[in-house]
This record gives sequence, C-alpha cells and structure tokens, in this order.
Amino acid sequence: MISHFLKLEWKQFTRSAAFGKSIALKILMGFFALYFILTFLAIGVGGYFILKKQFPDSDPLQLVNSYLLFAILGDLIFRYLMQKLPIMNIKPLLILPIKKSTLVHYVLGKSSFSFFNILGLFFYIPFAIVLIKEGYTTTGILGWLFTMILIIQSANFLNFLINKNNIALVVIGALLFALIGLQKFEIVDVVSYGGQLFDAIYANPIFSLIGVVVFVVLYQLNYKQLRNQVYLDEAVAAKVEEANTADMTWADKLGDVAPFIKNDMRLIWRNKRTKTVFLMSFLFLFYGLIFYTMDAYKDSLPMLMFASLFVTGGFTLNYGQFIPAWDSAHYKMLMSQSFRYRKFLESKWVLMVSMTTILYLLSFPYLYFGTDIFLMITVGAIFNIGFNSLFLLYAGSFNRKRIDLTKGGFGNTQGTSATQFLIVIPLMLFPMLLFWVFNKFVGYNSGFIIVAGIGLISLLFKNYALNFIEKKYIKDKYAMINAFGKEA
Amino acid sequence: MITIDTVSKKYGKAEVLNVSSLEIPTGQSFGLVGNNGAGKTTLFNILLDLIRPTTGTIINNNIVVNQSEDWKTFTGSFIDESFLISYLTSEEYFEFIGDLRGMNKADVAKFLAQFDEFFNEEIIGKKKYLRDLSKGNQKKAGIVAAMMGNPQVVILDEPFANLDPTTQIRLKTIIKDLTEKGDITVLVSSHDLSHVTEVCERIVVLDKGSVVKDIKTSTETLKELESYFSV
Repeated sequence: MISHFLKLEWKQFTRSAAFGKSIALKILMGFFALYFILTFLAIGVGGYFILKKQFPDSDPLQLVNSYLLFAILGDLIFRYLMQKLPIMNIKPLLILPIKKSTLVHYVLGKSSFSFFNILGLFFYIPFAIVLIKEGYTTTGILGWLFTMILIIQSANFLNFLINKNNIALVVIGALLFALIGLQKFEIVDVVSYGGQLFDAIYANPIFSLIGVVVFVVLYQLNYKQLRNQVYLDEAVAAKVEEANTADMTWADKLGDVAPFIKNDMRLIWRNKRTKTVFLMSFLFLFYGLIFYTMDAYKDSLPMLMFASLFVTGGFTLNYGQFIPAWDSAHYKMLMSQSFRYRKFLESKWVLMVSMTTILYLLSFPYLYFGTDIFLMITVGAIFNIGFNSLFLLYAGSFNRKRIDLTKGGFGNTQGTSATQFLIVIPLMLFPMLLFWVFNKFVGYNSGFIIVAGIGLISLLFKNYALNFIEKKYIKDKYAMINAFGKEA
Repeated sequence: MITIDTVSKKYGKAEVLNVSSLEIPTGQSFGLVGNNGAGKTTLFNILLDLIRPTTGTIINNNIVVNQSEDWKTFTGSFIDESFLISYLTSEEYFEFIGDLRGMNKADVAKFLAQFDEFFNEEIIGKKKYLRDLSKGNQKKAGIVAAMMGNPQVVILDEPFANLDPTTQIRLKTIIKDLTEKGDITVLVSSHDLSHVTEVCERIVVLDKGSVVKDIKTSTETLKELESYFSV
C-alpha cells in the first residue's frame, strides 16, 4: 500500500505545474531551491564558528538553546499562517477499497515530510555534526538533535489541531510577546530558563523521551480527530468562499471601457495570484530604499534609474506582462462577444496607467532623498506610463500560456515563457542604457530628458500604437484561443 | 439563414470535420447529434470563428464569419464552462454580458425576470462566484447569458447535459418559445436523442466529421435515430 502511495506522490511531483515548465525555467527554479538549501546548510555548518567568534565567552550550544523557545513559538505562528493539512488529495481514494485508517495515516505521515519540517533540519543536522566534531559528547548531542526533530514534528501536528481556531493564534502570539516582554524588561530571565531546559536534554539525553511522549500524544489526537471526519462534508470539503460584491457603479463614468475595468478589478481582487501581484506592487514602492541608501549605488546612475523604474512600475510590470493570459480561461467567450478589441486593450491600459499614477503619488516621500532622486522617479513614472504600458500590451500578443486563476499565488510561474524574459530588455535595460549614454556623453540632465521624452512621445502616439497592437491581437486570435484552451 | 459551404477541418492528416453543404433557414430549430468526436463542437467553434476551417466558409445572415465580426451582435452562444468568467457572481456576469450587448441594468433585470422559473432560485442572489456553483447551475447561467441582447441566432452545445429533469423540461419550453415566432434560429447539439427530437424540427447526424443523416423531425425520428445509434 505504501508503495502505491509513494508512486502517486512521485507522479504528483513530477507532473505538477511547476515541473511541466520549459527547461530554462526548471533550471532557474532548481537554482533557487539549491540556493535556499545551501544558505541553510551554510548557517548550520558555520553557525558554531560564527557564534564562537562573536561571543567567545559563551558556549554556542547554550546560546542556541537559550533562544530556542522563541524560535519554536515563531515557527508555530508561521505554520499557523502558511501550513495546511493537504487532505483534499485523498478524495479520489475514498471510494477505493482502502481502509480509512490507512488513508488518515497516509495524510498525517505525508505531512511529516513537508517543506516546513525539512527546512529546519538543514540547520540542526550540520550544526549537530559540527558540535560532535568539536568534542561535545555524542550521546548528548544525538539526544538533543532527536529532541529537535521531535519538536519540529510535534509543532507540525500541533498546528493541525489548533489551525481551525483563531484563538489559538492569539494565544501563541500573546505568549511570544509576553516572553519577549518579560525578557526585555528583565522581569523574568526567559532566555536563561529556556536555555537551561534544553541544556538539560544535552546533559541527560534520556529527557528526550518526554518529546517522544508529546509527539505520540499529538499524533494520536490528530488521528482520532481526522479519522472521524473523512467525509466530503467535513475534513474533505472544498471551501466555498462567500462572494463579496462591492458596488462599482462609480466605474461606469469611464464610458465604454467600464465593463472591462470593473471586470479586471474583480479579477485582481478575487484571485489569489492577481491579488499577490497587486499587493506586491506596493512593496515595490520600497524598492528604491535599497538602492538609494546604499553607498555602492550612489554614483551608479543607471542602477538608480533601474530602481526608479521599479518604484512606480511594480504593477505595470507584473500585471502587464501576463496580459491577456489573465483572461485565458474565458478567452473564447470574449472572442464570441461583440465589442471592439480596442476597448479590451484600452481598459488594460487605463488600469496600468492609473496604478502607476497612484504609485507615483505614493512615492512622494522619496523627496527626502533629494530632488535628483525624485526627478528620477518622476522620469521613471513617465516612462512606465508612456512606453512600458503600451509595450507590455504589444508583448502580450506573444503570450501563449494559459493561466489558471484558481491556482495559488506566490511563486506560481504558470503562464511564464520566453516572452517574459525577453521583454525585460526594452522595459528596463533600454531606458537604463539611454540614460547612461546621454548622461555620460551629452551631460547635464540630458539623461532625464531623453527617458522622459520617450515616455511622452509614446504617450502622444498612443492611439496609433493601440491601432497597431489591436491588429496584432486580431491576427493572432486563433493561435491564442488554441493555446489558452489547453490545460496549463 | 446560415450557410455552411464545403467546410472542413484537418489537424495534420486527421480530418475531424467535412461538411459539403448545409443550409439552416432563419427560424429553424436545428439539432446536431453524433457520438464523441463526431465534430459537433468543432462545427460550432468554426461557426463562432473560434477556430479557422481548413477549407470553406460559413455565412451567418449574409456575413462571412471569418471576414467580418458583425455576426457577433446577433449571435449568442454557450459552448462550455470556459464561456463563464469564473470569479464573477452570476449577477455580475449577466451585467457584463449585458454591457457588451448594449443592455443597461434595468434591461438586464427585466430580461432575467423571465427566467425566474428556470433559475429556480439557485442562480440569483446566491453570493457565490460562478466557479463555486454546481455544473448544472453554471450551465443555467451560461444558457441564459447566450440569449441576452435579442440574438437572432442562438448556439447551445450540449445544453441538456448536467441539468436536472425539471430544468431540462423548462429548457425545452424555452427553446420552443424562441423559435415559435420564426425569426430566431436555434442550433442545439445533444447526446440525448429524445430531447433533441422533441425541440428540433430538423436533425443532422454527424459521424467522424461528415453528415450522415439530415432528417425533418417526425414521430418516427426518435426510432430512426435510436436504431442508427444502436449499431
């Protein structure tokens, strides 16, 4: 039975959306995964030596131990927010001749190996090995490591028990803050008490058996709870969210693009991925802070230009690059309705321009960094509005990858193809290069003028450009319908 | 009047559709039956200019569908769930389609009121997104949206599938009412022979892309079709 489950898991993994991507994307994602693993490994291996160097008077293990309590509570909060029991997977298995108890063990057992539980091991295991090499008693360290694994696993199962209850989150959060508070105002020395607790395990590895008991009890509780809920209307129920219908009649003033604008705003707000894009664009506002405050970039004007484009362009870039794939699920229907394609494109344009304008207004505090920086942001905003919005619409006609809006938000690469990588050149590198060339060889302010100028000229030729883009979309209509109709 | 003239569709070497000539006069209720892969949906998709035929043309009320888009103003259709916008509520969806078809809010409300019985209180005022409705209810919303804006041609692919018995009967009444006056052409495809013989005055059977039967519906038709398909 287990081998059946393992085979299913393997197929799910290799056939998942993330894996079906082009080879370039796979390599890129592989690098990211590797990067994270290596970072944790480095911290694990190097942790001992770093602590030793920074705090020569203390014992590295005791240092780690004394802050473990906070880490555990923090981990619980993180899990509470991010980790859900993947119970829907067993839906197709319910009607097969498999015992329900087996299914429940399978779901629970599988959760033991989730990303949340593995990541920590990349720190604890190398750290433990280094400790043994450095002369700590082997049994003590192994007992300690064993306890850490048990704590991770217990946190895993505790999370599933309390996850449905918001009070639990408040309690954990309050506990964490209380402990930090007690420590900070020196009422109780939480750090040293917490440390002693875990030091004791190292001294007497037999204490780790307490962890075993806790783990077994939590697992049993999970099992009991879930075993009685393996029904389609209980644990295995798909969640249905209640529609929130905001009044959007104000948008009717926008004339004949209004229906599309309203539609797009609903699209953005009601789907995870688009919502992420929308909220992220406000985070991009702070992108400038990284560049403007670092001395390394102070004199590198093209890099500052790069950052300035991002400050106001977060939405345009991230939303615009997947036009019209956002509408891929119902593209056929749109194509059988009578409206001018122009209106559809124009609504997207209005959306991008309005968001860039809003982000620009929000970027006014950057005046703090001086008029030069602010001028750069202004120029970037003009370029985003004038050139980038139109260019992204044009680039969109090359999108041939369906986006399934019901799939998750963060880190979802669905719809990504070579187009997304190629368009970076005109969007970002082109203005940077122009800015650099003019600034270097022509001199004072000409860099600003040329980039803003291109933005303004594009804006002036907007109608002409939209006509051209419209023709391209109409020409590629069948190819897009065909591509968007295919399952992603 | 819809004229289908030597329309064929090939994918590589495989020919999925080959209709030499078919004329559907205005006001006819036209039924299309055939097993899976017979080419029903392909024909509808070509009629809606969603895929291009390899050869031939379709003329919808004097408009060649892949040369002008003017047919869109008088043609309503529902092919499958991809014609719904999953993240809208049904009201918002009707409003959107209404907007595109030149109906204001009052028009839409008035139009929808006719379908109260058909909706059976499961579509309007439910506070649910279309993606969370059951298949049958999604279908109801799509079918009604296809009739918005006084279309002269209504195309419904498998409208009876997934509907509950009561709704199937109500849908049959709606289709009959549409064609009663003789100015609206309705094209319906179905796997359910009895439904299609009941609502359509003419039935065309497709097999592997070709027309194998073209029957004017009579009391004998159902038997004839059943014996054809029971081979």
